[in-house]
Amino acid sequence: MAPDTIKVGKHQIDAKEYLAPGHTFCTGCGEALAIRLACKAIGNDAIIAMATGCSEVCTSPLPVTSWQLPWLHTLFENAGAEISGIEAGLKAMMRKGKAPERDIKFVAMGGDGGTSDIGLQSLSGALERGHDFLYLCWDNEAYMNTGIQRSSATPYGASTTTAPAGKLSMGQSTQKKNLVEIFAAHGIPYVATASPSYPFDFINKVKKGVAIKGPAYIHVYAVCPTGWRTTSDRTIEIGKLATETGVFPLYEIEGGKYRINYEPKNLKPVEEYLKAQGRFRHLSPSEIAKIQEKVNEDFALLKERAERLPAG
Amino acid sequence: MKSNRVLLQGSEACVRAAIAAGCRFYAGYPITPATEIMELMSRAMPKAGGVFIQMEDEIASLGAAVGASLGGVKAMTATSGPGFSLMQEHISFAAMAEVPCVIVNVMRGGLSTGLPTRPAQGDVMQARWGAHGDHPILVVAPSSTYEFFDLTVKAFNLAERYRSPVIVLADEVVAHTRESVVLPSAHEVEVEDRVRPSVPPEWYSPYRDPGTGIPPMAAFGEGYRFHVTGLMHDINGYPTERQDETEELMARLFNKISKDFHLLQWYDSYFEEGAEVTVIAYGSVARSALRAVRTAREKGMPVGLLKLKMLWPFMRRTVSQYLQSSRSVIVAEMNMGQLSREVKRVNQGTCPIHTLNRVDGRMITPEQILTAIEEELR
Repeated sequence: MAPDTIKVGKHQIDAKEYLAPGHTFCTGCGEALAIRLACKAIGNDAIIAMATGCSEVCTSPLPVTSWQLPWLHTLFENAGAEISGIEAGLKAMMRKGKAPERDIKFVAMGGDGGTSDIGLQSLSGALERGHDFLYLCWDNEAYMNTGIQRSSATPYGASTTTAPAGKLSMGQSTQKKNLVEIFAAHGIPYVATASPSYPFDFINKVKKGVAIKGPAYIHVYAVCPTGWRTTSDRTIEIGKLATETGVFPLYEIEGGKYRINYEPKNLKPVEEYLKAQGRFRHLSPSEIAKIQEKVNEDFALLKERAERLPAG
Repeated sequence: MKSNRVLLQGSEACVRAAIAAGCRFYAGYPITPATEIMELMSRAMPKAGGVFIQMEDEIASLGAAVGASLGGVKAMTATSGPGFSLMQEHISFAAMAEVPCVIVNVMRGGLSTGLPTRPAQGDVMQARWGAHGDHPILVVAPSSTYEFFDLTVKAFNLAERYRSPVIVLADEVVAHTRESVVLPSAHEVEVEDRVRPSVPPEWYSPYRDPGTGIPPMAAFGEGYRFHVTGLMHDINGYPTERQDETEELMARLFNKISKDFHLLQWYDSYFEEGAEVTVIAYGSVARSALRAVRTAREKGMPVGLLKLKMLWPFMRRTVSQYLQSSRSVIVAEMNMGQLSREVKRVNQGTCPIHTLNRVDGRMITPEQILTAIEEELR
């Protein structure tokens, strides 16, 4: 009989695959990796509501599906609303004894476009109402499904098809929207950032997110070789670089209290991260210096918050 | 002499047309199969000195376009089915507040997410009645790269002339097909602009009928008092529930377009002489239909094609003539039968009408239409 778990060092991972092979994600997709790991952390007895995006299109190419869990995709803008209805409806059925009392895990997922742009309103509503669910945002920093258009999660300086770099434009000219702080400001019990480049940290956070009563939000960094113009064998490495340079710090906000999960002694220069990707190829040294300054500022602010409001 | 012949995708022709028509504001949101229009706009707009903005969804996209138009700029957005659904509330607003704007809907297959990369014509009725409330609307449907150019220019002209939202209802095949076309040069393109107020600000009533049914339109910031609301309003733009004023407003909104129905008969007719059977089609289906009709004529069959370029308002007076002169009519469209309902309504039972429908995301082929013609003439 196949073992139920795989042992990796001191960690135990569910051996079952909830995301079946045959999906159409690009080679080296960070998002595919993240979904696979997240599902292993979530396990059975879960219902997934998913917004339109790469993960929706690639896991359900006509006429098949990769999903081994109950899965629902409706529209682009409403994963938060759908999961609200599923959770409230099922809980009402349980309350009235019309459905068996079970600990069902309600999970909604969306890309950065479906979370930061078109889906922001419905997710904000769901968090405010306090439904018991986990939201996972797969942030690959642009609309990759339709061909690399900028989103409000696209970082400053990145070239996309609707924020193209050229003689007169340096690509995306606005700063990445800080979704983590936006959702933390809803005062929900659990908010975290995670990256599949740090798989055990990621799995632990997902487990925590589904276990916590009330809404939880995890912002997952999803390297996209296609859209970021990198080779498909560097996904894990670039994910690590993002954290090591302070571009994407790993931290949790539990009950309003901060915990930085990974803090290098010295942040690596952000240039190392930028140079690894074609989408930043056009940036001048002065632009890179500007980005470095912003990363330093943001990281210092995070540290300050973590010192002022430390999680136990 | 330098030839103006170019190889263009329908989407590219649409973008060039918008620029040529004077559009200087584009707000949009990516959606297959209309994303190309937006990507091209992100480059074309800054070059033309205009503004391109990517919005957070389609509600915001049309909202921004409406806002820009009120600021005095010709504005547009482009989308496909799901995004078009989100735009409906703003379409109703633009019709009520009489804000010129152009909405391109590149129709894709199916309902809901459907068949995003395949063609359909399922939004014909939505383009007419999707927005809430009784409202007039103008909808054109291109069938080729050249027509996508031509009708986009004309859509802007209609929007400006009638102070109305105008919908360009393309389909995936028209938007993605690359064709060799000769486009008119910039000075050959006929461009209309909205009528601006010629009175001093203190005399201006933004919704007073000057006799044409279309009030001159000030831009925000020009010094005119311009109060804009989606509520029923009087000639000053202020909310009203007075029966005489609401009646007058509704009558004017409809009359400003219906008085010109005779000018809004936009179609092409092929092989109409002696045609006993007439095929009615629009969009990419009209291309298949033309091939079928041509083949049928070569075989000696008396058949003609009526290609509709204006879908709404429905061209009653044109279509009626063909219904009277034909022994039977075939309406071919990539939906379950939408425009055919209008044809039947106009027909009043005088001419047998046969529908040819396809909703599997594939084009209606010339062979399908030819078979239908042969059956009619058997």
